[in-house]
Amino acid sequence: MTTEHTHILDAKIPDGPLEDKWTKRKFDVKLVNPSNRRKYDIIVVGTGLAGAGSAAALGELGYNVKAFTYNDSSRRAHSIAAQGGINATKNYPNDNDSVFRLFYDTVKGGDYRSREANVYRLAEVSDAIIDQTVAQGAPYGREYGGMLDNRSFGGAQVSRTFYARGQTGQQLLLTAYQALARQVGLGTVELFTRTEMVELVMKDGRAVGIVTRDLVTGEIESHSAHAVVLATGGYSNAYFLSTNAMNCNGTAVWRAHRKGALFANPSFTQIHPTCIPASDEHQSKLTLMSESLRNDGRIWVSKTPNDDRAANDIPEDERDYYLERQYPAFGNLVPRDVASRAAMRMVEDDKGVGPLKNGVYLDFADAISRLGRQVIEDRYGNLFEMYERITDENPYEVPMRIYPAPHYTMGGLWVDYNLETTIPGLFASGEANFSDHGANRLGASALMQGVADGYFVLPATISGYLANWLNVAPVPTDDEAFVETEQAVQDQIEKLLSINGTHSVDYFHRRLGKIMIAKCGMSRDREGLEWALEEIPKIKAEFWSDVKILGTNESLNQSLERAGRVVDFFELAELMVRDALQREESCGGHYRVEHQTEDGEAKRDDDNFAYVSAWEWRGEDSPPTLHKEELEFEYVALTQRSYK
Amino acid sequence: MNITLRVWRQAGPDVEGGFETYEAKDISPEASFFEMLDEVNEMLNDEGVEPIAFDSDCREGICGTCGVMVDGHPHGPQSATASCQLHMRKFSDGDTITIEPWRAVAFPVLRDLIVDRQPFDEIIQAGGFISANIGAAPDSNIILVPKPAAESSMDAASCIGCAACVAACPNSAANLFTGAKIAHLNLLPQGSPERYHRTVAMVETMESFFGSCTNFGECEMACPKSISIDVIAWMNRDYVAAQWKNFRKQGQQ
Ligand SMILES: Cc1cc2nc3c(=O)[nH]c(=O)nc-3n(C[C@H](O)[C@H](O)[C@H](O)COP(=O)(O)OP(=O)(O)OC[C@H]3O[C@@H](n4cnc5c(N)ncnc54)[C@H](O)[C@@H]3O)c2cc1C
Ligand code: FES
Repeated sequence: MTTEHTHILDAKIPDGPLEDKWTKRKFDVKLVNPSNRRKYDIIVVGTGLAGAGSAAALGELGYNVKAFTYNDSSRRAHSIAAQGGINATKNYPNDNDSVFRLFYDTVKGGDYRSREANVYRLAEVSDAIIDQTVAQGAPYGREYGGMLDNRSFGGAQVSRTFYARGQTGQQLLLTAYQALARQVGLGTVELFTRTEMVELVMKDGRAVGIVTRDLVTGEIESHSAHAVVLATGGYSNAYFLSTNAMNCNGTAVWRAHRKGALFANPSFTQIHPTCIPASDEHQSKLTLMSESLRNDGRIWVSKTPNDDRAANDIPEDERDYYLERQYPAFGNLVPRDVASRAAMRMVEDDKGVGPLKNGVYLDFADAISRLGRQVIEDRYGNLFEMYERITDENPYEVPMRIYPAPHYTMGGLWVDYNLETTIPGLFASGEANFSDHGANRLGASALMQGVADGYFVLPATISGYLANWLNVAPVPTDDEAFVETEQAVQDQIEKLLSINGTHSVDYFHRRLGKIMIAKCGMSRDREGLEWALEEIPKIKAEFWSDVKILGTNESLNQSLERAGRVVDFFELAELMVRDALQREESCGGHYRVEHQTEDGEAKRDDDNFAYVSAWEWRGEDSPPTLHKEELEFEYVALTQRSYK
Repeated sequence: MNITLRVWRQAGPDVEGGFETYEAKDISPEASFFEMLDEVNEMLNDEGVEPIAFDSDCREGICGTCGVMVDGHPHGPQSATASCQLHMRKFSDGDTITIEPWRAVAFPVLRDLIVDRQPFDEIIQAGGFISANIGAAPDSNIILVPKPAAESSMDAASCIGCAACVAACPNSAANLFTGAKIAHLNLLPQGSPERYHRTVAMVETMESFFGSCTNFGECEMACPKSISIDVIAWMNRDYVAAQWKNFRKQGQQ
């Protein structure tokens, strides 16, 4: 593996004081005047929170937008499943919140592996997100006086989270969807549903369009534009079992990576502490129980290993409320990575609960006796119902069982301050980029980033690129760049369909997932990572000789869809492992067993690893090249994170 | 447990479909309904039969992607539950289960259990939004929203757009879906400037695709989010009021 420091990683951060940087960028970026905007075509891939937001905002500005989603409607995307809430610095509860505090909490929560300027901008636009979404009809929770209500969330000591019951993601996505629907009605946005981007098209070193597959007819089609935005979400499904929606995948970002976009911090993934433990081998996905439950629920296990008593039979003094014990200042509200590892250790120490001994308790008995059942029902009713449906247990009476599960990927395409990747004309927003969360994301801040990128950042910065192409027509789709890319896509599909081996796509995906969770999950070590690095290419090779995909390309074929995604997961997973291996420190969600403090916390190495790792694809047969973007901290002092 | 499945198979929109029978063996009662189908699909794939196509995404009952008729019930026998949230423990060993796609003229079958629900998007495009340009919003606490209004609005906004209401309705009407969006937005002060225009535009688009509501109430029973048919009454009230010219001109409550 070669390591290079090169000039291609210019983050283009504006000079000047932190609090003036965004204003400065909005002033110094080149603009496209209103009457010229209709001369530009922009492709937005993905209509989750980030994509629908960008597409709507760009449509409102007057650009011609084409938006794509593999979902059957842009009302659906993984974003819809977000439960807990969205942060903003309004300081309505009068508890000392400020832009600087949200900035500070996010940099610290990310274990000092994010860019100060980006995080500050995120905090700065957070209030506008609440204003905008309220104006668009998001029915946030309110006080009796008619004003907005807040709740608190992990990793913060203030209440800054706005919520719509346990369905905040749903309500925010619907808000963006409706803004997008309005633009579709007005004709500024053309929407392609059940249409998957399968390749990025490049010409003269810049992004000029995409190739898509119509998931109903199998038709392969080219679309060209002046710029391409990828808002295609995260890649947690590399683990097979995760809280992500079934169809989430990394194909769009991976295809862009193979065409030259650097991939940043691939090993920074988040394992969320409060999910329902798996019940058997055939589990298809894992379900998150919102982190907001940690506000009122207390986490515990029995002090006695292998305790077979039912939860309610274990007396108070024989319970270990281990988070409250180990982290008195934050208690049950420690950040996700800390809570997840603590639960993992309890299970490793034979204190796991439930039939498979693979969980810990999250108990509401205290909260119910303090606040009454009605209050708990108002706050979490739908989550409790969801839990009961899945487990057949009533959480008002017996404690919930929870266990960590892959949930979010902080890593993603490397982008500069303008959200542009290393490919000119290719932008990435939302979970698809790496930009704001460092090595660990705080709760209620992914929705914030999705809306910030979609509504406010990308629409403001993209003109800087577009202005260079005034009166230049997009590359026509009969250009050889498109023709060749379409051919490559056809070839891959034909190859997949011709293998006719013995095992299904899922069989291979599950095997990949098992390796990833065991060796590149909540805790990682050199030996395990090196083993995974040998094993993954073997499964990939087996896949290519033994997968069995029935049916044709010319019809709705879900096995074929999945196959294309799993092909990319193999390579992406390998890069995750490689990245975890080179980062000889622990930080946030990346926990290398070799690097821990005396009491088992993540031990950073700021002298050697305060950088963003950005990987360059060098072809299937050569290892990727590592580039580094050094991180500078001017406003936040690097300290050992402590939540004690 | 062992289950016999009768599943609707249809290769594409323009071909005839029919039922096929499959045996689902050794299914764990802990499995969800779709995990059971996943297993049947693995078995079919092994046997060289193309797997059953069905839609799902979140598998948590929130995205509205899924939706099948189980023994004639939209989303199956359990009330207030989307298909993806059904669990096999609610069935008994030896049961025969019939699975079909939504049946409605407006929703052509694309393949097997998957239908096209595009008309729902068109209803939203007609007026299911508040025209608040990005960047133009005032401070979020300037306009107060009474808590009961916010709560009722949220109740209606919980609709997941799955279309079980249409599948349940003997007339294939979409009034519960349309009424839910109209109620969500019309109940909020932010939505009131476009209240009457929105209602008329959405109702008229709805009527161009779907049948008429004759108050059977099957939709409410089938709704996985228990959206109340009150939303239909509110929609009708606003629709009637909108016919009085002055209301539309004033755009006022
Ligand atoms: C269960 C759960 C709960 C969560 N709760 C919270 C919370 O309380 N607060 C919070 O802040 N965050 C939360 N998150 C995280 C947050 O929801 C996501 O990070 C965020 O919504 C991602 O938004 P996005 O727009 O970037 O991507 P997504 O919503 O994943 O959207 C991706 C879009 O891209 C499309 N797409 C992808 N690939 C292609 C392709 N190749 N071709 C065409 N289209 C494509 C998809 O169809 C979709 O439209 C939660 C996440 C989960 C899993
Ligand atoms: S799959 Fe999302 S609601 Fe059923």
